[in-house]
Amino acid sequence: MAQITTQAQIDQEMAALRAVDSKTAQALRDYPPYRSSILRHPKQSLIPIHDPEAIELTTPVFGITDVTELERDLTKQHVSDPIGERITVSGRLVDRQGRPVRGQLIEIWQANAAGRYAHQREQHPAPLDPNFTGYGRCLTDADGRYAFTTIQPGPYPWGNHLNAWRPAHIHFSIFGTAFTQRLITQMYFPNDPLFPYDPIFNAIPDEAARQRLICAYDHDLSQPEFSLGYRWDIVLDGPSATWIEEGR
Amino acid sequence: MTVLEPTPSQTIGPFYGYALPFAGGGEIAPFGHPDTITVHGCVYDGAGAPIPDALLEFWHGGPGAPGSLRHDPVSGKVIGRHGVHFTGFGRVPTDADGHYAIRTLPAPYLSVCFFARGLLHHLFTRIYFSAQDAFLETLEPARRATLIATPERDRVYRFDIHLQGGADHDETVFLEFPSSAT
Ligand SMILES: [Fe+3]
Repeated sequence: MAQITTQAQIDQEMAALRAVDSKTAQALRDYPPYRSSILRHPKQSLIPIHDPEAIELTTPVFGITDVTELERDLTKQHVSDPIGERITVSGRLVDRQGRPVRGQLIEIWQANAAGRYAHQREQHPAPLDPNFTGYGRCLTDADGRYAFTTIQPGPYPWGNHLNAWRPAHIHFSIFGTAFTQRLITQMYFPNDPLFPYDPIFNAIPDEAARQRLICAYDHDLSQPEFSLGYRWDIVLDGPSATWIEEGR
Repeated sequence: MTVLEPTPSQTIGPFYGYALPFAGGGEIAPFGHPDTITVHGCVYDGAGAPIPDALLEFWHGGPGAPGSLRHDPVSGKVIGRHGVHFTGFGRVPTDADGHYAIRTLPAPYLSVCFFARGLLHHLFTRIYFSAQDAFLETLEPARRATLIATPERDRVYRFDIHLQGGADHDETVFLEFPSSAT
């Protein structure tokens, strides 16, 4: 007879897996406490590609016609201001050598202040905000910098197990200097009490690697009488065909 | 030289739909190009069920032309591609039946980046149109076949993706690109 999994059972599963692996610094594709991963990860090994001519070593180019300046401000997409704590999130996009990734596309999406996504399949009975949709885009500048103005997203429940709640997060989609560097991830906020309970966050075995998904509150980025500032730098992995020293 | 530690991946989740898909995302070929081919197929999970909330990205290699998106002049919303340049990049979400389709130009292979709820780190694969390829020849034949699109009719190819193997199909070959960190 099917029983709903409790948080205690999920906690036990996560602890058992942590005892086996607390070192891997990347999200495991096979992480059964995240139930949806069970049927959605390959079981065979990935096949390495060493071809210096591989097309994945190059990347799409985005330009001014692709993104408008308005799109970096998620609080200005409707007639009035959204409800919630206004924040700015900014940082640098670099490769593992610390070189800026210039002119590349960063896209974000998130729940509103009440923890509700403006999506037809969303089940959480929290209010929608008519003044907030929750997506934004921008291109990185010559120093690899990006910046978004938005509101603090709320945590939300999800159906993984009984009383499953996601820590508050903003989804990020990022392009690098090569398609190999493509990244979709989630940025979390400091000191979230939900971290220990979340099998998505904990699918990254290494503690230090998990910390790299948490932004830092930066008082110098807060704007008086307007918004709180958070800083989050992003480091892309993966080989690239070229890196051009000057401009792009 | 200090090498920075990379930012880990997290799942795309189920709610990317109002952020990532864009009008014309699957129309990679310039409008009306006589060489245009259609590539389509379904994506399946380990139980053989279609995946209705996956996102597929396609890349032809570059340099393609810079982006070609048009915006509604009033709302600023993306309303599609201008259809002139070949950017080499496409992006489509799967439908309720796990199906996707793109229209693009012929190439030796297309690079595919696959995202889905339940998948904590994206997957790369490739769509080939011929078995005559040095890389394909390094693979065992049954798995090699998972990377080769099937011609269905003139200029239409079928390419399904199976995240896990099953009784009547092999698991699609997924790829990795090792870093040669310098
Ligand atoms: Fe989310």
